[in-house]
Amino acid sequence: MISAADTAFILAAAGLVLLMTPGLALFYAGMVRSKNVLGTMMQSFFMIALISIEWVYLGYSMSFGPDVGGVIGDLSWFALSGVTTAPSADYATTIPQIVFMIYQCMFAIITPALITGAFAERVRFVPFLVFAFLWAVFVYNPVCHWVWGKGGWLGSMGVMDFAGGLVVHVTCGAAAFASILVIGPRRGFGKRSFIPHSLPLTFIGTGLLWFGWFGFNGGSALAADEVAATAFVATHLAGMAGMLMWVIVEWVVLRRATTLGAMSGAIAGLATITPAAGFVGPNSAIIIGCIAGLVCFGAVNLKVKLKLDDSLDVVGIHGVGGAVGTLCLGIFASTAVNPGGVDGLLAGNMAQLWKQAFGVVVVGGYTLIVSWILLKVVHITLGLRVSEEAEVGGVDYAEHSENAYNS
Amino acid sequence: MKKIQAIVKPFKLDDVKDALTEIGVKGMTISEVKGYGRQKGHTEIYRGAEYVVDFIPKVKIEIVVSADMVDLVVDTIRDTANTGKIGDGKIFVIPIERIVRVRTGEEDHDAI
Repeated sequence: MISAADTAFILAAAGLVLLMTPGLALFYAGMVRSKNVLGTMMQSFFMIALISIEWVYLGYSMSFGPDVGGVIGDLSWFALSGVTTAPSADYATTIPQIVFMIYQCMFAIITPALITGAFAERVRFVPFLVFAFLWAVFVYNPVCHWVWGKGGWLGSMGVMDFAGGLVVHVTCGAAAFASILVIGPRRGFGKRSFIPHSLPLTFIGTGLLWFGWFGFNGGSALAADEVAATAFVATHLAGMAGMLMWVIVEWVVLRRATTLGAMSGAIAGLATITPAAGFVGPNSAIIIGCIAGLVCFGAVNLKVKLKLDDSLDVVGIHGVGGAVGTLCLGIFASTAVNPGGVDGLLAGNMAQLWKQAFGVVVVGGYTLIVSWILLKVVHITLGLRVSEEAEVGGVDYAEHSENAYNS
Repeated sequence: MKKIQAIVKPFKLDDVKDALTEIGVKGMTISEVKGYGRQKGHTEIYRGAEYVVDFIPKVKIEIVVSADMVDLVVDTIRDTANTGKIGDGKIFVIPIERIVRVRTGEEDHDAI
Protein backbone atom coordinates (compact mmCIF):
# COMPACT_ATOMS: atom_id res chain seq x y z
CA MET A 1 0.00 0.00 0.00
CA ILE A 2 1.61 3.20 -1.17
CA SER A 3 1.91 6.04 1.34
CA ALA A 4 1.92 9.52 -0.15
CA ALA A 5 3.88 10.87 2.82
CA ASP A 6 6.59 8.19 2.55
CA THR A 7 6.82 8.64 -1.21
CA ALA A 8 7.16 12.40 -0.94
CA PHE A 9 9.77 12.06 1.79
CA ILE A 10 11.93 9.56 -0.09
CA LEU A 11 11.73 11.56 -3.33
CA ALA A 12 12.91 14.62 -1.41
CA ALA A 13 15.60 12.54 0.30
CA ALA A 14 16.78 11.23 -3.09
CA GLY A 15 17.16 14.82 -4.28
CA LEU A 16 19.17 15.65 -1.14
CA VAL A 17 21.49 12.69 -1.64
CA LEU A 18 22.08 13.67 -5.27
CA LEU A 19 23.01 17.18 -4.11
CA MET A 20 25.81 15.64 -2.04
CA THR A 21 27.74 14.75 -5.19
CA PRO A 22 28.15 18.32 -6.53
CA GLY A 23 28.67 19.26 -2.87
CA LEU A 24 31.49 16.73 -2.69
CA ALA A 25 32.91 18.11 -5.94
CA LEU A 26 33.17 21.57 -4.31
CA PHE A 27 34.44 20.10 -1.03
CA TYR A 28 37.29 18.36 -2.84
CA ALA A 29 37.91 21.11 -5.40
CA GLY A 30 38.69 23.67 -2.71
CA MET A 31 41.40 21.44 -1.27
CA VAL A 32 43.41 20.95 -4.46
CA ARG A 33 45.71 23.41 -6.20
CA SER A 34 44.15 25.88 -8.65
CA LYS A 35 45.44 23.95 -11.69
CA ASN A 36 43.50 20.79 -10.72
CA VAL A 37 40.12 22.21 -9.75
CA LEU A 38 38.07 21.18 -12.78
CA GLY A 39 39.60 17.72 -13.05
CA THR A 40 38.75 17.09 -9.40
CA MET A 41 35.19 18.34 -9.77
CA MET A 42 34.65 16.37 -12.96
CA GLN A 43 35.67 13.10 -11.34
CA SER A 44 32.86 13.52 -8.82
CA PHE A 45 30.24 15.19 -11.00
CA PHE A 46 30.53 12.85 -13.96
CA MET A 47 29.64 9.90 -11.72
CA ILE A 48 26.07 11.18 -11.95
CA ALA A 49 26.02 10.23 -15.63
CA LEU A 50 28.19 7.12 -15.54
CA ILE A 51 26.78 5.40 -12.48
CA SER A 52 23.14 6.33 -13.15
CA ILE A 53 23.27 4.49 -16.46
CA GLU A 54 25.19 1.59 -14.92
CA TRP A 55 22.56 1.46 -12.17
CA VAL A 56 19.64 1.25 -14.60
CA TYR A 57 21.13 -1.59 -16.62
CA LEU A 58 23.18 -3.53 -14.07
CA GLY A 59 23.52 -1.99 -10.64
CA TYR A 60 19.99 -2.03 -9.32
CA SER A 61 19.39 -5.61 -10.38
CA MET A 62 22.78 -6.81 -9.10
CA SER A 63 22.23 -5.05 -5.77
CA PHE A 64 18.56 -5.61 -5.05
CA GLY A 65 17.39 -8.12 -7.68
CA PRO A 66 16.46 -11.74 -6.91
CA ASP A 67 19.20 -13.30 -4.79
CA VAL A 68 21.71 -15.81 -6.14
CA GLY A 69 23.34 -17.70 -3.28
CA GLY A 70 23.45 -14.71 -0.93
CA VAL A 71 26.21 -13.23 -3.08
CA ILE A 72 24.61 -11.18 -5.82
CA GLY A 73 21.29 -10.23 -7.37
CA ASP A 74 20.53 -11.79 -10.75
CA LEU A 75 20.07 -9.66 -13.84
CA SER A 76 16.32 -10.22 -14.24
CA TRP A 77 15.71 -6.51 -13.53
CA PHE A 78 18.04 -5.49 -16.40
CA ALA A 79 17.01 -2.09 -17.77
CA LEU A 80 14.52 -1.80 -14.90
CA SER A 81 12.45 -4.61 -16.29
CA GLY A 82 9.49 -5.03 -13.92
CA VAL A 83 10.59 -2.12 -11.76
CA THR A 84 7.46 0.00 -11.77
CA THR A 85 5.47 2.42 -9.67
CA ALA A 86 4.06 -0.56 -7.77
CA PRO A 87 5.77 -1.14 -4.42
CA SER A 88 8.34 -3.91 -4.08
CA ALA A 89 7.35 -6.87 -1.93
CA ASP A 90 10.77 -6.84 -0.22
CA TYR A 91 12.01 -3.28 0.06
CA ALA A 92 10.30 -0.10 1.24
CA THR A 93 6.83 -1.52 0.80
CA THR A 94 5.01 1.80 1.14
CA ILE A 95 6.62 3.60 -1.79
CA PRO A 96 6.77 2.92 -5.53
CA GLN A 97 9.69 0.62 -6.27
CA ILE A 98 10.97 3.09 -8.84
CA VAL A 99 11.37 5.63 -6.03
CA PHE A 100 13.40 3.13 -4.00
CA MET A 101 15.46 2.44 -7.14
CA ILE A 102 16.33 6.10 -7.74
CA TYR A 103 17.02 6.73 -4.06
CA GLN A 104 19.53 3.88 -3.99
CA CYS A 105 20.99 5.13 -7.28
CA MET A 106 22.14 8.29 -5.51
CA PHE A 107 24.16 6.22 -3.01
CA ALA A 108 25.81 4.31 -5.84
CA ILE A 109 26.79 7.63 -7.48
CA ILE A 110 28.48 9.27 -4.53
CA THR A 111 30.48 6.24 -3.39
CA PRO A 112 32.98 6.08 -6.29
CA ALA A 113 33.05 9.90 -6.27
CA LEU A 114 34.27 9.76 -2.67
CA ILE A 115 37.24 7.57 -3.66
CA THR A 116 38.61 10.23 -6.02
CA GLY A 117 39.84 12.36 -3.14
CA ALA A 118 42.59 9.83 -2.50
CA PHE A 119 44.22 10.20 -5.92
CA ALA A 120 43.27 13.79 -6.68
CA GLU A 121 45.65 15.81 -8.88
CA ARG A 122 47.30 12.89 -10.70
CA VAL A 123 44.84 10.62 -12.54
CA ARG A 124 43.66 10.59 -16.16
CA PHE A 125 39.96 11.05 -16.68
CA VAL A 126 38.96 8.29 -19.11
CA PRO A 127 40.95 5.46 -17.47
CA PHE A 128 39.42 6.62 -14.18
CA LEU A 129 35.94 6.23 -15.71
CA VAL A 130 36.77 2.66 -16.75
CA PHE A 131 37.92 1.94 -13.19
CA ALA A 132 34.80 3.55 -11.68
CA PHE A 133 32.53 1.45 -13.88
CA LEU A 134 34.34 -1.79 -13.08
CA TRP A 135 34.40 -0.87 -9.40
CA ALA A 136 30.64 -0.31 -9.35
CA VAL A 137 30.08 -3.72 -10.93
CA PHE A 138 32.63 -5.75 -8.96
CA VAL A 139 32.65 -3.98 -5.60
CA TYR A 140 29.71 -1.67 -4.93
CA ASN A 141 26.94 -3.86 -6.33
CA PRO A 142 27.99 -7.11 -4.60
CA VAL A 143 28.70 -5.43 -1.25
CA CYS A 144 25.39 -3.57 -1.46
CA HIS A 145 23.66 -6.91 -2.06
CA TRP A 146 25.49 -8.65 0.81
CA VAL A 147 24.46 -5.98 3.30
CA TRP A 148 21.15 -4.59 2.06
CA GLY A 149 19.84 -7.01 -0.58
CA LYS A 150 17.17 -9.51 0.39
CA GLY A 151 19.05 -12.78 0.95
CA GLY A 152 22.45 -11.05 1.07
CA TRP A 153 24.74 -13.11 3.30
CA LEU A 154 26.07 -10.39 5.60
CA GLY A 155 22.62 -8.94 6.21
CA SER A 156 21.22 -12.44 6.79
CA MET A 157 23.76 -13.13 9.52
CA GLY A 158 22.78 -9.95 11.31
CA VAL A 159 25.41 -7.42 10.21
CA MET A 160 23.66 -4.06 10.38
CA ASP A 161 24.30 -0.91 8.37
CA PHE A 162 21.64 1.77 8.57
CA ALA A 163 22.68 4.16 5.81
CA GLY A 164 25.97 3.00 4.36
CA GLY A 165 28.78 2.84 6.90
CA LEU A 166 29.90 -0.39 5.26
CA VAL A 167 28.34 -0.10 1.82
CA VAL A 168 29.49 3.49 1.19
CA HIS A 169 32.20 4.58 3.62
CA VAL A 170 34.21 1.42 4.30
CA THR A 171 34.16 0.54 0.59
CA CYS A 172 35.32 3.97 -0.54
CA GLY A 173 37.95 4.08 2.21
CA ALA A 174 39.37 0.65 1.34
CA ALA A 175 39.35 1.44 -2.39
CA ALA A 176 41.06 4.74 -1.63
CA PHE A 177 43.78 2.87 0.24
CA ALA A 178 44.27 0.49 -2.69
CA SER A 179 44.48 3.42 -5.09
CA ILE A 180 47.23 5.09 -3.08
CA LEU A 181 49.27 1.88 -3.26
CA VAL A 182 48.79 1.46 -7.01
CA ILE A 183 48.98 5.05 -8.21
CA GLY A 184 51.64 6.38 -5.85
CA PRO A 185 52.18 9.82 -4.40
CA ARG A 186 52.02 13.15 -6.23
CA ARG A 187 55.32 14.46 -7.57
CA GLY A 188 57.04 16.45 -4.87
CA PHE A 189 55.06 14.76 -2.09
CA GLY A 190 56.84 15.26 1.21
CA LYS A 191 59.07 17.97 -0.26
CA ARG A 192 56.61 20.61 -1.41
CA SER A 193 53.46 21.95 0.20
CA PHE A 194 50.15 21.09 -1.50
CA ILE A 195 48.15 23.85 0.10
CA PRO A 196 44.37 24.06 -0.58
CA HIS A 197 43.66 26.77 -3.14
CA SER A 198 40.23 27.83 -1.85
CA LEU A 199 38.90 26.75 1.51
CA PRO A 200 35.71 28.80 0.96
CA LEU A 201 34.83 26.34 -1.84
CA THR A 202 35.42 23.50 0.59
CA PHE A 203 33.20 25.31 3.04
CA ILE A 204 30.31 25.51 0.55
CA GLY A 205 30.81 21.83 -0.22
CA THR A 206 30.73 20.94 3.47
CA GLY A 207 27.43 22.78 3.88
CA LEU A 208 25.89 20.97 0.92
CA LEU A 209 27.16 17.61 2.18
CA TRP A 210 25.74 18.20 5.65
CA PHE A 211 22.39 19.27 4.16
CA GLY A 212 22.34 16.25 1.85
CA TRP A 213 23.28 13.93 4.70
CA PHE A 214 19.81 14.43 6.18
CA GLY A 215 18.45 12.75 3.07
CA PHE A 216 21.20 10.15 3.16
CA ASN A 217 20.55 9.07 6.74
CA GLY A 218 17.01 10.31 7.36
CA GLY A 219 15.78 8.82 4.09
CA SER A 220 17.35 5.46 4.91
CA ALA A 221 14.37 4.85 7.19
CA LEU A 222 12.57 4.50 3.83
CA ALA A 223 9.48 6.03 5.41
CA ALA A 224 8.50 9.34 7.01
CA ASP A 225 8.33 7.81 10.46
CA GLU A 226 9.91 7.71 13.93
CA VAL A 227 13.06 6.03 12.65
CA ALA A 228 13.57 8.82 10.12
CA ALA A 229 13.21 11.34 12.94
CA THR A 230 15.75 9.43 15.06
CA ALA A 231 18.21 9.22 12.19
CA PHE A 232 17.81 12.91 11.27
CA VAL A 233 18.51 14.06 14.83
CA ALA A 234 21.40 11.62 15.31
CA THR A 235 22.95 12.81 12.04
CA HIS A 236 22.93 16.45 13.03
CA LEU A 237 24.19 15.82 16.54
CA ALA A 238 27.05 13.59 15.40
CA GLY A 239 28.10 16.15 12.78
CA MET A 240 28.25 18.95 15.30
CA ALA A 241 30.01 16.75 17.89
CA GLY A 242 32.59 15.73 15.28
CA MET A 243 33.32 19.37 14.51
CA LEU A 244 33.50 20.29 18.20
CA MET A 245 35.87 17.46 19.04
CA TRP A 246 38.20 17.96 16.06
CA VAL A 247 38.56 21.65 16.86
CA ILE A 248 39.22 20.95 20.54
CA VAL A 249 41.89 18.36 19.73
CA GLU A 250 43.48 20.66 17.18
CA TRP A 251 43.55 23.51 19.65
CA VAL A 252 45.10 21.34 22.33
CA VAL A 253 47.71 19.82 19.99
CA LEU A 254 48.48 22.73 17.66
CA ARG A 255 47.18 25.76 19.56
CA ARG A 256 45.07 26.73 16.55
CA ALA A 257 41.46 26.09 15.59
CA THR A 258 41.45 25.79 11.78
CA THR A 259 38.51 26.07 9.40
CA LEU A 260 39.57 22.94 7.52
CA GLY A 261 39.69 21.16 10.87
CA ALA A 262 36.14 22.24 11.70
CA MET A 263 34.92 21.07 8.30
CA SER A 264 36.85 17.80 8.52
CA GLY A 265 35.46 17.07 11.95
CA ALA A 266 31.90 17.66 10.77
CA ILE A 267 32.34 15.29 7.82
CA ALA A 268 34.00 12.72 10.10
CA GLY A 269 31.06 12.90 12.53
CA LEU A 270 28.53 12.59 9.71
CA ALA A 271 30.32 9.63 8.11
CA THR A 272 30.72 7.87 11.44
CA ILE A 273 27.08 8.15 12.50
CA THR A 274 25.87 6.90 9.10
CA PRO A 275 25.74 3.16 9.89
CA ALA A 276 24.19 3.76 13.31
CA ALA A 277 21.94 6.77 12.65
CA GLY A 278 18.57 5.00 12.91
CA PHE A 279 19.56 2.80 15.84
CA VAL A 280 20.88 5.22 18.46
CA GLY A 281 19.46 8.02 20.58
CA PRO A 282 20.69 11.64 20.70
CA ASN A 283 23.20 11.17 23.52
CA SER A 284 24.81 8.16 21.89
CA ALA A 285 24.98 10.12 18.63
CA ILE A 286 26.91 12.90 20.38
CA ILE A 287 29.34 10.38 21.87
CA ILE A 288 29.81 8.74 18.46
CA GLY A 289 30.47 12.16 16.91
CA CYS A 290 33.07 12.93 19.57
CA ILE A 291 34.77 9.58 18.98
CA ALA A 292 34.77 10.37 15.25
CA GLY A 293 36.45 13.75 15.79
CA LEU A 294 39.13 12.21 17.96
CA VAL A 295 39.85 9.03 15.99
CA CYS A 296 39.70 10.59 12.50
CA PHE A 297 42.00 13.42 13.59
CA GLY A 298 44.44 10.74 14.74
CA ALA A 299 44.06 8.78 11.50
CA VAL A 300 44.70 11.84 9.34
CA ASN A 301 47.81 12.67 11.34
CA LEU A 302 49.00 9.09 11.06
CA LYS A 303 48.87 9.46 7.27
CA VAL A 304 51.37 12.28 7.49
CA LYS A 305 53.69 10.09 9.56
CA LEU A 306 53.31 7.06 7.26
CA LYS A 307 54.01 9.25 4.20
CA LEU A 308 50.98 7.94 2.30
CA ASP A 309 49.67 10.49 -0.19
CA ASP A 310 45.92 10.15 0.38
CA SER A 311 45.50 13.63 -1.12
CA LEU A 312 42.22 14.61 0.54
CA ASP A 313 42.09 12.09 3.41
CA VAL A 314 39.49 9.64 2.15
CA VAL A 315 40.96 6.77 4.18
CA GLY A 316 41.40 8.79 7.36
CA ILE A 317 37.95 10.34 7.36
CA HIS A 318 35.56 8.12 5.37
CA GLY A 319 37.24 4.73 5.73
CA VAL A 320 38.12 5.05 9.39
CA GLY A 321 34.87 6.92 10.14
CA GLY A 322 32.74 4.26 8.42
CA ALA A 323 34.55 1.44 10.22
CA VAL A 324 34.40 3.12 13.62
CA GLY A 325 30.71 3.95 13.14
CA THR A 326 29.93 0.37 12.16
CA LEU A 327 31.58 -0.80 15.40
CA CYS A 328 29.82 1.94 17.40
CA LEU A 329 26.53 0.53 16.15
CA GLY A 330 27.47 -2.71 17.88
CA ILE A 331 28.11 -0.77 21.08
CA PHE A 332 25.43 1.92 21.23
CA ALA A 333 22.43 0.50 19.29
CA SER A 334 19.31 0.01 21.35
CA THR A 335 15.90 -1.45 20.62
CA ALA A 336 14.56 1.07 23.11
CA VAL A 337 15.36 3.68 20.45
CA ASN A 338 14.34 1.63 17.41
CA PRO A 339 12.26 -1.49 18.15
CA GLY A 340 13.00 -2.71 14.64
CA GLY A 341 16.77 -2.42 15.19
CA VAL A 342 19.18 -4.32 17.40
CA ASP A 343 20.70 -4.11 20.84
CA GLY A 344 24.41 -3.38 21.14
CA LEU A 345 26.99 -4.00 23.83
CA LEU A 346 25.64 -1.36 26.22
CA ALA A 347 22.18 -2.95 26.00
CA GLY A 348 23.74 -6.28 26.95
CA ASN A 349 24.25 -7.80 23.50
CA MET A 350 27.95 -8.55 23.01
CA ALA A 351 27.30 -10.65 19.92
CA GLN A 352 26.30 -7.68 17.77
CA LEU A 353 29.71 -6.03 18.16
CA TRP A 354 31.42 -9.16 16.81
CA LYS A 355 29.05 -9.24 13.87
CA GLN A 356 29.80 -5.61 13.11
CA ALA A 357 33.56 -6.20 13.36
CA PHE A 358 33.21 -9.18 11.04
CA GLY A 359 31.36 -6.96 8.56
CA VAL A 360 34.14 -4.36 8.62
CA VAL A 361 36.85 -6.98 8.06
CA VAL A 362 34.98 -8.74 5.24
CA VAL A 363 33.86 -5.62 3.38
CA GLY A 364 37.17 -3.82 3.94
CA GLY A 365 39.24 -6.85 2.92
CA TYR A 366 37.15 -7.72 -0.15
CA THR A 367 37.11 -4.11 -1.33
CA LEU A 368 40.83 -3.65 -0.80
CA ILE A 369 41.75 -6.76 -2.79
CA VAL A 370 39.29 -6.33 -5.67
CA SER A 371 39.96 -2.60 -5.97
CA TRP A 372 43.70 -3.23 -6.08
CA ILE A 373 43.23 -5.78 -8.90
CA LEU A 374 40.95 -3.46 -10.88
CA LEU A 375 43.30 -0.52 -10.43
CA LYS A 376 46.27 -2.61 -11.54
CA VAL A 377 44.45 -3.85 -14.63
CA VAL A 378 43.39 -0.35 -15.67
CA HIS A 379 46.79 1.09 -14.81
CA ILE A 380 48.66 -1.48 -16.92
CA THR A 381 46.29 -1.45 -19.89
CA LEU A 382 45.24 2.21 -20.12
CA GLY A 383 47.57 4.10 -17.77
CA LEU A 384 45.81 5.71 -14.85
CA ARG A 385 48.47 8.27 -14.12
CA VAL A 386 48.95 11.54 -15.97
CA SER A 387 52.33 12.32 -17.55
CA GLU A 388 54.89 14.31 -15.61
CA GLU A 389 54.28 17.32 -17.84
CA ALA A 390 50.52 17.11 -17.29
CA GLU A 391 50.97 16.74 -13.55
CA VAL A 392 53.16 19.83 -13.32
CA GLY A 393 50.92 21.84 -15.67
CA GLY A 394 47.74 20.61 -13.98
CA VAL A 395 45.11 18.08 -14.98
CA ASP A 396 42.55 20.79 -15.81
CA TYR A 397 44.28 21.77 -19.01
CA ALA A 398 45.89 18.40 -19.75
CA GLU A 399 42.69 16.35 -19.41
CA HIS A 400 39.92 18.83 -20.16
CA SER A 401 41.49 21.71 -22.16
CA GLU A 402 40.06 24.14 -19.64
CA ASN A 403 41.21 26.22 -16.71
CA ALA A 404 39.16 27.05 -13.64
CA TYR A 405 40.55 30.55 -13.29
CA ASN A 406 41.71 32.88 -16.04
CA SER A 407 43.85 35.79 -15.00
CA MET B 1 69.35 61.28 -8.02
CA LYS B 2 68.74 58.05 -6.27
CA LYS B 3 66.05 55.41 -6.21
CA ILE B 4 65.19 54.17 -2.75
CA GLN B 5 63.69 50.74 -2.83
CA ALA B 6 62.32 49.49 0.46
CA ILE B 7 60.84 46.10 1.27
CA VAL B 8 58.61 46.41 4.34
CA LYS B 9 55.90 44.56 6.18
CA PRO B 10 52.50 45.17 4.58
CA PHE B 11 50.89 46.48 7.78
CA LYS B 12 53.52 49.24 7.96
CA LEU B 13 52.73 50.69 4.54
CA ASP B 14 50.28 53.35 5.71
CA ASP B 15 52.62 54.59 8.44
CA VAL B 16 55.55 54.77 6.02
CA LYS B 17 53.51 56.60 3.39
CA ASP B 18 52.29 59.18 5.92
CA ALA B 19 55.78 59.76 7.30
CA LEU B 20 57.27 60.18 3.81
CA THR B 21 54.55 62.61 2.78
CA GLU B 22 55.31 64.65 5.89
CA ILE B 23 58.98 65.07 4.98
CA GLY B 24 58.06 66.18 1.46
CA VAL B 25 58.20 63.08 -0.70
CA LYS B 26 55.84 63.77 -3.59
CA GLY B 27 55.20 60.31 -5.03
CA MET B 28 55.96 56.66 -4.76
CA THR B 29 55.28 53.35 -6.46
CA ILE B 30 54.31 50.33 -4.45
CA SER B 31 54.03 46.65 -5.35
CA GLU B 32 52.78 43.67 -3.44
CA VAL B 33 55.63 41.18 -3.51
CA LYS B 34 56.56 37.91 -1.83
CA GLY B 35 59.85 36.77 -0.52
CA TYR B 36 61.89 35.71 2.45
CA GLY B 37 65.08 36.65 4.19
CA ARG B 38 66.55 35.46 7.45
CA GLN B 39 63.15 34.95 9.00
CA LYS B 40 62.37 32.29 6.34
CA GLY B 41 58.70 31.53 5.61
CA HIS B 42 55.87 30.73 7.96
CA THR B 43 53.91 27.57 8.70
CA GLU B 44 50.27 26.98 7.90
CA ILE B 45 48.16 24.15 9.34
CA TYR B 46 45.86 22.01 7.22
CA ARG B 47 44.13 18.98 8.78
CA GLY B 48 46.70 18.83 11.51
CA ALA B 49 49.65 18.83 9.12
CA GLU B 50 51.99 21.81 9.15
CA TYR B 51 53.20 23.15 5.83
CA VAL B 52 56.06 25.59 5.37
CA VAL B 53 55.22 28.50 3.11
CA ASP B 54 58.53 29.87 1.82
CA PHE B 55 57.45 33.19 0.38
CA ILE B 56 55.59 35.54 2.62
CA PRO B 57 53.84 38.76 1.56
CA LYS B 58 55.76 42.04 1.67
CA VAL B 59 55.32 45.49 0.15
CA LYS B 60 57.95 47.05 -2.08
CA ILE B 61 58.09 50.86 -2.04
CA GLU B 62 60.02 52.69 -4.76
CA ILE B 63 60.82 56.39 -4.49
CA VAL B 64 63.14 58.56 -6.56
CA VAL B 65 64.63 61.58 -4.77
CA SER B 66 67.45 64.04 -5.19
CA ALA B 67 70.72 63.13 -3.48
CA ASP B 68 70.29 65.54 -0.60
CA MET B 69 67.04 63.85 0.43
CA VAL B 70 68.40 60.31 0.53
CA ASP B 71 69.47 60.10 4.15
CA LEU B 72 66.29 61.69 5.45
CA VAL B 73 64.10 59.34 3.41
CA VAL B 74 66.06 56.25 4.39
CA ASP B 75 66.00 57.21 8.06
CA THR B 76 62.27 57.92 7.92
CA ILE B 77 61.47 54.55 6.36
CA ARG B 78 63.77 52.77 8.79
CA ASP B 79 62.23 54.46 11.82
CA THR B 80 58.65 53.94 10.69
CA ALA B 81 58.87 50.37 9.40
CA ASN B 82 60.89 49.08 12.33
CA THR B 83 59.09 46.71 14.70
CA GLY B 84 62.23 45.19 16.20
CA LYS B 85 61.19 41.73 15.05
CA ILE B 86 62.76 39.56 12.39
CA GLY B 87 61.37 40.12 8.89
CA ASP B 88 61.08 43.92 9.03
CA GLY B 89 62.63 44.26 5.56
CA LYS B 90 65.47 46.10 3.79
CA ILE B 91 66.19 49.42 2.12
CA PHE B 92 68.27 49.68 -1.05
CA VAL B 93 69.66 52.92 -2.49
CA ILE B 94 70.26 52.74 -6.23
CA PRO B 95 71.76 55.38 -8.55
CA ILE B 96 69.51 56.80 -11.27
CA GLU B 97 70.99 57.96 -14.60
CA ARG B 98 68.14 59.85 -16.16
CA ILE B 99 64.51 60.75 -15.49
CA VAL B 100 61.93 61.93 -18.03
CA ARG B 101 58.43 63.17 -17.17
CA VAL B 102 56.17 61.74 -19.86
CA ARG B 103 53.61 64.60 -19.93
CA THR B 104 55.98 67.56 -20.30
CA GLY B 105 59.29 66.12 -21.37
CA GLU B 106 61.03 67.68 -18.33
CA GLU B 107 64.15 65.83 -17.30
CA ASP B 108 66.11 64.84 -14.19
CA HIS B 109 65.63 67.12 -11.12
CA ASP B 110 62.71 68.93 -12.76
CA ALA B 111 61.03 65.60 -13.36
CA ILE B 112 61.22 64.21 -9.82
